[in-house]
Amino acid sequence: MNDNVVLDVNRVGFSYGHHRVLHDVSFSLRAGEFGALVGPNGSGKSTLLRLLMGLLRPQAGSITILGTEPRALRDRWRIGYVPQRPALTGDLPATVEEVVRVGRLARRGWWRFANASDRDAVDHALEAVRLADLRHRLVAELSGGQQQRVMIAKALAGEPELLVLDEPIAGVDREAQQQFRDSVVHLVAHHGASVLLVSHELGAVADDLDRVIVLRGGVVFDGAPDDLTAQGVHLGIHQDDLPRWLEDLEPSNGDDH
Amino acid sequence: MWPFELEFMQRALVAGLAIGIAAPLVGTFLVQRNMALFGDGIGHAAFAGVGAGLLLDVWPVWSALVVAACGAVVVEWLRSHGRATSDLALALVFYSGLAAGSVMIGKSGSSQIGGDRYLFGSILTASWSDVRTVVALAAAIIVTVAIAGRALFAVVLDEESARVNGLPVDRLNLVLAALTAVTVVAAIDVVGTLLIAALMVLPVASSRLIARSFRATLVGAALVGALSVTSGLTVARRFDLAPGGTIVLCASAVFLVAIATRGVRLPPAAAEHTHEH
Repeated sequence: MNDNVVLDVNRVGFSYGHHRVLHDVSFSLRAGEFGALVGPNGSGKSTLLRLLMGLLRPQAGSITILGTEPRALRDRWRIGYVPQRPALTGDLPATVEEVVRVGRLARRGWWRFANASDRDAVDHALEAVRLADLRHRLVAELSGGQQQRVMIAKALAGEPELLVLDEPIAGVDREAQQQFRDSVVHLVAHHGASVLLVSHELGAVADDLDRVIVLRGGVVFDGAPDDLTAQGVHLGIHQDDLPRWLEDLEPSNGDDH
Repeated sequence: MWPFELEFMQRALVAGLAIGIAAPLVGTFLVQRNMALFGDGIGHAAFAGVGAGLLLDVWPVWSALVVAACGAVVVEWLRSHGRATSDLALALVFYSGLAAGSVMIGKSGSSQIGGDRYLFGSILTASWSDVRTVVALAAAIIVTVAIAGRALFAVVLDEESARVNGLPVDRLNLVLAALTAVTVVAAIDVVGTLLIAALMVLPVASSRLIARSFRATLVGAALVGALSVTSGLTVARRFDLAPGGTIVLCASAVFLVAIATRGVRLPPAAAEHTHEH
């Protein structure tokens, strides 16, 4: 396998009982690449994500992430994962900074006290998502978009080699999308990290993507965003071309491409 | 009158402060995980341990520690493996523990008063040796929280993310269960097995109404715990009341004052939330 490949999905299949969710899915992501995995609801995105995180095991094919099978990856902090909905209970009295610091724990060893480089990484992550001014605020008091950025900063603080974001821009306003875009672009540009965005819309990040992988049971498109635009599908904020195009796609059964 | 002039009151104060500070530290994590009654369940298990100790003629603190730790691990296992809902698992340990304790204490020939001593505490009759045990256990709790607190916070924040991130979530849950067991046992002499959970939960409830960070919640809860113990012992001495119960009533009073003060200046959304608890 090429050393530059951080994620390699090879002919992966997965079914829940008789219901086939993923069939013959193959794609890969190289170091420093910013890719988006898009698909309509029910296209198998969430299942694929759980497979990548090692929460499920593929029934066919194989997945290699940072050089190993997902469940065998020891230094799990090398993957930063931002779940779709931040699971923050409203009554947790935690500040932005306290939450972001958690992202550093697995990397340095949970029993160790933070040192200067840990504090720098936290500061840096807060600045990258432009929350440095709100670091002492309670997370529960922030808006949904701001809370989402807290979770991204938490993932960034661990300085991951691969950042996986699940629907980070769903239901987030235009300004928040722009700030989200800036943080991710910063991560790719300054840290050489790879980013995989899992979403059904691309919003503000459309112009910055290196790759778009469209999923509908199987991979129905894999290429540069421009190639998708050339097919008449416009990406970007408030463009509903992509969602509409996705809805019109015939589900792939693996035989048609 | 200075209530701590006599030596037995000084012993009570030292042991009480140790628990008053340590118990809310553990309680903060339990409350945030919606496991506020966990300490109560383990307290009942510890009572069975006391009974076993009296019956087998071993030091009740040790037998209570063993049984409380086993109870904590069993409840945590039932909870995390989804074998029983939290409250069902707790109910099992609750009533079996209390029943087994009373049966064994009766069988051991200890008097009714002997049983009460462990249920409600007997801080005024504690010896310096008892106090040293309490302080040592409390110190162990404080040191463990200082080391594992950040990781326990990560689990409180989001268990699945912590797992995906590579933190040893199952082991950390066991650490919390073990901390709860040690807290319960350390507090047997101070407030007893029935009231210890109050000292783990009430100061936290007060503190998080006011605190503006998780760290402040921990520190605030420990301060409220210390305040409750000091004021509780003072009032108990002045009016000749049962000290364990008075300490807990003081913790309740602090909570009522906190909620009254806080209620006035709560934003509507947060106020709504407070009413749920």
